[in-house]
Amino acid sequence: MAEKDNIIIESGDAVQPFKYAVGMYGSRFFTELRDNRRIMAVKCPKCKKVYIPPRGVCGECFVEMNDWVEVGPKGVIGTFTILRFAFIDPETGHQKPVPYGYGFIKLDGADTLFQHYISVEDEKKIRVGARVEPVFSKERKGSIRDIEYFKVID
Amino acid sequence: MAKRVAIVGTGQTFHKSHRPDVNGQELINEAVMRALQDADLKMKDIDAIVIGNMDHFEGINYVDCWSVDGSGGTMKPIIKLTTGGTTGCTVAIGGYHLVGSGMFDRVLIIGWEKNSESDTTGAITTAFDPIWDRQVFAGAISGLAAEAQAYIARYGATDRDGARVSVRDRKHAMNNPHAQLRKEVTLEEVLASPMLADPIHLLDVCPRTDGACAVIMASEDVAEKICPKPDWIWGTAVRHSYSYLGDADYGRLTSMREGSQEMFKKAGIREPRKELDVIELYQPYSFGGLIWIEDMGVVGPGEAPQYIWDGNTDMGGELPINPSGGVIATNPIGATGLIRCAEAAMQVMGKAEGRQVPDVNFAFSSGFGGCWWTDMILHGKKKPN
Repeated sequence: MAEKDNIIIESGDAVQPFKYAVGMYGSRFFTELRDNRRIMAVKCPKCKKVYIPPRGVCGECFVEMNDWVEVGPKGVIGTFTILRFAFIDPETGHQKPVPYGYGFIKLDGADTLFQHYISVEDEKKIRVGARVEPVFSKERKGSIRDIEYFKVID
Repeated sequence: MAKRVAIVGTGQTFHKSHRPDVNGQELINEAVMRALQDADLKMKDIDAIVIGNMDHFEGINYVDCWSVDGSGGTMKPIIKLTTGGTTGCTVAIGGYHLVGSGMFDRVLIIGWEKNSESDTTGAITTAFDPIWDRQVFAGAISGLAAEAQAYIARYGATDRDGARVSVRDRKHAMNNPHAQLRKEVTLEEVLASPMLADPIHLLDVCPRTDGACAVIMASEDVAEKICPKPDWIWGTAVRHSYSYLGDADYGRLTSMREGSQEMFKKAGIREPRKELDVIELYQPYSFGGLIWIEDMGVVGPGEAPQYIWDGNTDMGGELPINPSGGVIATNPIGATGLIRCAEAAMQVMGKAEGRQVPDVNFAFSSGFGGCWWTDMILHGKKKPN
């Protein structure tokens, strides 16, 4: 098989009729993202770790978190990969377009990594530590897709 | 009353990519019958059963219920444990707890999977948060690739270092008649195989497998009557480190580090490199064979590539890893961790035939899940104090 050939993994038709609640923390995150293009995280009152996605409890300290902080929107690539094998996205039932950049972004001010797409327009620029910024969607609906992707700005 | 626990018999199928000739309960039965035969026991001797798989893979829930004809669980205490990739190791740890509690003398432990019956990547994705994790997630390979990339950036490792691990495991699989993939590969072949997700090539990763494994554990009151030289369980550990995938420390497996430290401390093992004789690592891709043995404390951070290039983990080396060929050769996911446990037990019991490592006093087996959670077992020839 030539290296450029994609490996296709098929799963046929798939439907997932679930409705998930994001909770109060997730709601605030998505509202701020949609209305103000702000990326919000929460800080542990005990260990001071800044968590994104925001959540109610710091697992390590096992204490409630209510201290909201704005992080990003810029950051660096914490780690990444470029997905090259084609697979069926269980969310859509369709083949995911490849290649795509899968980034774990360390947003300025955050201690955990935020997963999102990285533009693969110039693959050579994608490296651990590269500076990135988000490209926001024009029409934002309060979902993770209100950010289209991150792009390298180095 | 707490009891010491030993493995007194193991059995596994001849693992294949597809087993359309059997359904789930029939596949399970093959492994169970071999384990009973190995221990010279009958099903009536078994007091309880622990079984597990990743039931979203086959889309059939409650294996504890529908498999009883094959598992032997009809009208017996049977419970299901399912923890993702670690399932096979978790069922063993669950069995250890049941026997160790003193409530059951002989427990049958089963792990199985028919990966051919669904789309593995699609099924794995359903194990991750639908809002935060799934948009970019691409099954196990995407997370593993991100780990490898971080390790490379941190320690200057290369894809050749990863490929060397794959060459080792695929060579070792030649000695194991139960392995699915029994074909040696060269470094160049690994590096020339299609890139799945940078830096992981096709030949760096495990296949999808249909297979089952069964292990019988017995309490110290009966173990040596069943098996004169059983495999004693010295300790176990389980660790989880995150809720969302971005919480993990990429480039280090903290669950392995903390779990193995706890387990080795309890067993009095100070230098795993010198005191362990063989490792059966749940290592679904090559770079895990570098990163995770550093987290186990076999070598220091960044030192695994040279240690492996020097042949220390090959058969005949200082500390052979994956004499069975490991997960890169065979991966029926719900069984995979239990196969590691069974293979480690066989090494201690001297039953590993063509893949036997000489004079095994301590063996380590592990399970790995999702991304970044780890279960582990320490096996020993001597009865624990």
